[in-house]
Amino acid sequence: MNIIRIEHIAKIYKVGTEEVHALRDVSLNIDKNEYVAIMGPSGSGKSTLMNMLGCLDTPTSGLYQFKGVSVSEMTDNQLANIRNQEIGFVFQTFNLLARYDAIHNVELPLVYAGVSKNERRERAKRALIDVGLGDRMAHKPNELSGGQRQRVAIARALVTNPSIILADEPTGNLDSKTGEEIMALFHEIHQKGNTIILVTHEEYIAEHAARIIRLKDGLVEKDEVVKKRFVPEIKENHSE
Amino acid sequence: MRILLFELKEGLSIALRAILSNKIRSLLTMLGIFIGVAVVITMSTAIKGIDNSFQSGISSLGTDVLYVDKWAWFTNEEWWKIRNRKNITMEEYTRFKDLVKLPVAVAPVTNTVQTVKFNERRVDNVFVNGSNADYVKTTNFTFAEGRFYSEIESNAARQVAVIGSEIAKKLFPNISPLDRTIKIGGFNYKIVGVLAEQGSFILGPWNPDNQVYVPIETIFKNFFNRSFRTITINVRANGPAMVEETKAEIEGVMRNVRGLTYNQENDFSINQQEGLQQSYKSVVGVIQIAGLFITGLSLFVGAIGIMNIMFVSVKERTKEIGLRKAIGAKRRTILSQFLLESSVICLVGGIAGLIAAIIISLLINQFIPTSIQIDSVFIGIGVSLITGVISGFAPAYTAAKMDAVEALRYE
Repeated sequence: MNIIRIEHIAKIYKVGTEEVHALRDVSLNIDKNEYVAIMGPSGSGKSTLMNMLGCLDTPTSGLYQFKGVSVSEMTDNQLANIRNQEIGFVFQTFNLLARYDAIHNVELPLVYAGVSKNERRERAKRALIDVGLGDRMAHKPNELSGGQRQRVAIARALVTNPSIILADEPTGNLDSKTGEEIMALFHEIHQKGNTIILVTHEEYIAEHAARIIRLKDGLVEKDEVVKKRFVPEIKENHSE
Repeated sequence: MRILLFELKEGLSIALRAILSNKIRSLLTMLGIFIGVAVVITMSTAIKGIDNSFQSGISSLGTDVLYVDKWAWFTNEEWWKIRNRKNITMEEYTRFKDLVKLPVAVAPVTNTVQTVKFNERRVDNVFVNGSNADYVKTTNFTFAEGRFYSEIESNAARQVAVIGSEIAKKLFPNISPLDRTIKIGGFNYKIVGVLAEQGSFILGPWNPDNQVYVPIETIFKNFFNRSFRTITINVRANGPAMVEETKAEIEGVMRNVRGLTYNQENDFSINQQEGLQQSYKSVVGVIQIAGLFITGLSLFVGAIGIMNIMFVSVKERTKEIGLRKAIGAKRRTILSQFLLESSVICLVGGIAGLIAAIIISLLINQFIPTSIQIDSVFIGIGVSLITGVISGFAPAYTAAKMDAVEALRYE
């Protein structure tokens, strides 16, 4: 089943009097449990596409169906609900709240989902254990390393059991070794049956995915299956 | 409803966390509201206190008393016309008294300002009232000790005096004044009665607490000749309902006593407290409005402080707002988060201000009377909440309508 179905979408921004065609004509489908990387140089429209996929923005024209429901017709509140329940965001800069400890950061999406306090705590704990941070729950972001922060962010993305994980340059702020560990975590998450969409401009990161969609000038330049896929070793010490 | 409560609870915990994470800033912001609420409430308790004091003071004089006087308390008439009126004399009083039927009491009053002494102690500029035994019936006086002077004492011009409670306190801090002899303007008077506190600071020297009462004949004997000055005739109606009727009667009787023909104007005035109350209200009303306006300004400045800090706070947390939106916060959730934050700041500041106002009111109650009303507590809390919501709304709205994508990109 298609989780995401996009047909001929375009996005036009108005900058002053000039119209910027961030996306011209993009069509693609993403199925359940796919692992897709979206690549492209800056200005190719990959950020716009990601915002669209993440329901943070709606297309100017074209069709975007999320699990069979058209996103362009949704109200702000409906979009907020989709983001809350169906999409887990992972950002390049982690975007953790500095004054909250790890477990509270992970709980946050559940607060907006209206989950009761005890259940929230339970689920956040499980998510943190799943990403290998069972012993760091009470630490604030500034007491955690970059890799650990990204793990907290991943736990936050996973905690609502979303239909897709949307990761925007998740290794962009990490050194290559830590980045590799994070990619291994994504691999593991994918193995568990999750759908992952990865936005990156680095070839070797993209090669972790099973499929790469290359964008250029607001168009899909190439939509290909990765032949020589990079499969990271899974370290057993994650799951405590 | 349950969802609303849930959101309120969660929003409150988010707001509290935000406030606590920036303690000094929150405290300084609260200070603005604290001062604003404190002065507004202190001002209103002081106004209320003065008002109460005036009302009780005026009622100790009797709300149903009319004053037949050469002088008018409130008039548009030219001053020289009034000055040229004839003095009211004791003879006129006697005839007047014989003719009126409706009043319950009629008493002639004159006064002189004298120094009152007991041994080494003295009080200067005391209003010494002279009247007769009926005078006490025109008032609502209550006695701490002793009695009012009697008809015999008054007719015989005896050297007897009744003193107000403040005078008693000043001259006799430790002993009972009863039967002591004081000097009024150099003459000896025996104290036969001490008034209980009548409580009307606002009347100043006209406050019965600060006065001395002696027979009118004694005043004429000691201080000035009876034809020297006009007297006032205090007339008490049989209850407030009878005031108008009594006023009509005494006007007729007084015109008769004066021998005025139908086309002559009154050459006397009938004063009553209603006029005093009206002019009091117009004066105090202005003070109230001015006072509340000025103190309200400080609250307004506090509110601007809140709005300012909330704008800064929203700007600072742009990225956080973007994130919250990305993970599912709705506009109204963001709106309520910031509204709650400003409301909590205002409420805490306001309640502290209220407590301070109550303490200040109790302190200044030593000097001027204040009256803490239960409604000022609700007003204080209400005002600070409303201030919080109003001053927080614009910043919260800015936050709520932020574009998630742009907010996330904000550095």
